[in-house]
Amino acid sequence: MVDARGLSCPMPVLLVQREVKKNHPDSLEVMVDNMTAVGNITRFAASQHYEVKTEEVDGEFRMTLSK
Amino acid sequence: MDTAKKGFQGFLQRNWLVIVTGLVTGAAAVILSALGNPPNMGFCIACFERDISGALRFHGAAPVQYFRPEIVGIVLGAVGMAFIKKEWKPQGGSSPFTRFMLGMLVMIGALVFLGCPLRMVIRIGGGDVNALIGLVGFIVGIVIGTFPLRFGFSLNRAYRQNAAEGLFFPILLAVLFVLSFIPNLFAKSTEGPGSMQAYWYAALLIAIVVGALCQRSRLCMAGGVRDAVMFKDFHLVYGFLAIIAAVVVGNLIRGTFKFGMEGQPIAHTESLYNFLGMVVVGWGSVLLGGCPLRQLVLAGEGNSDSAVTVFGFIAGAAVSHNFGLASSGTGIGAGPVLWVLIAGFVILALISVLNIKRRA
Repeated sequence: MVDARGLSCPMPVLLVQREVKKNHPDSLEVMVDNMTAVGNITRFAASQHYEVKTEEVDGEFRMTLSK
Repeated sequence: MDTAKKGFQGFLQRNWLVIVTGLVTGAAAVILSALGNPPNMGFCIACFERDISGALRFHGAAPVQYFRPEIVGIVLGAVGMAFIKKEWKPQGGSSPFTRFMLGMLVMIGALVFLGCPLRMVIRIGGGDVNALIGLVGFIVGIVIGTFPLRFGFSLNRAYRQNAAEGLFFPILLAVLFVLSFIPNLFAKSTEGPGSMQAYWYAALLIAIVVGALCQRSRLCMAGGVRDAVMFKDFHLVYGFLAIIAAVVVGNLIRGTFKFGMEGQPIAHTESLYNFLGMVVVGWGSVLLGGCPLRQLVLAGEGNSDSAVTVFGFIAGAAVSHNFGLASSGTGIGAGPVLWVLIAGFVILALISVLNIKRRA
């Protein structure tokens, strides 16, 4: 689980990139709190062949990346 | 064949909004220059915040004093769109003083070059080769700034604030803008770039549209180069290129395209300083998480850290002009420009290193 809430660009996608490169997880949960981060992570995840599901919870976003 | 078409369609599907934003922003810059703004300066976040700094009498440089409606419009456009899309969120508390200092440094660098990254792109679209040298500096600065990011740099988390904190900045800006119509309350240039003004209502309306589009598309000059370098993600670069395309076409139509280094409007040919000024801007912008345009939009979205940064820009403009650091069309300032740039690099290096967190 990557908690990138409150972090400014490009930290959220950078944390996800770091986790993907290090552990190559089949699925990864990411918490962010703005749509810019959702967009950045979605584009990065697609480039790494992950599928992304995003659900909004109380103004925050729970993203699930899976292969 | 089908694959290529699908690929192109996919490209448009992913990038149309940022490309449209770039085209509109570029066209807006050309139109605003045609309506009276300075040449190759239809839009310039740094220059216009510098003009506002002068209007508020924070500095006394008579040619650059005017409460620019474009800055107000971009923020109000971003506020409106963020509310419509339910993305308005009051947030703050992420190293505000460090951000203020970074804002000052970015402005000092931008005024050595004579333009923020947005004006750099607009100058390139006008054929100004000095701006290409600025672009090289900007890219070098961003690449330097990506190293601390890779090693764990962070200005810490921002946290939810109350609505008053998020609304303070846009309301203050709007009130000051209204006050700027009271004769002689604020300073107003009668000569020089500050006296070259598009009709205020045109400037305001066009900027509202640009601000709204920038909020949707997250257009950011520094983010474009940074994402290309770090993630091989060229999404924002397409917006960057769209601005150049629109400005080139607009200048060709107006007959104002002029290729070369000499005699470019509100620009100087001191290449070393054009380069170094934009290294500071690129490096500082990466640490801030976005270029001056993006900071305005984020401030509109309720981010008070970005509002603090914008006031850092305004303070930086005052320092630049009060201490002879700002360039003009005739060359660099008479103050200790090189020493201040060196001090700026030292401060950027310290901020970069001292904010690297140990990885968990």
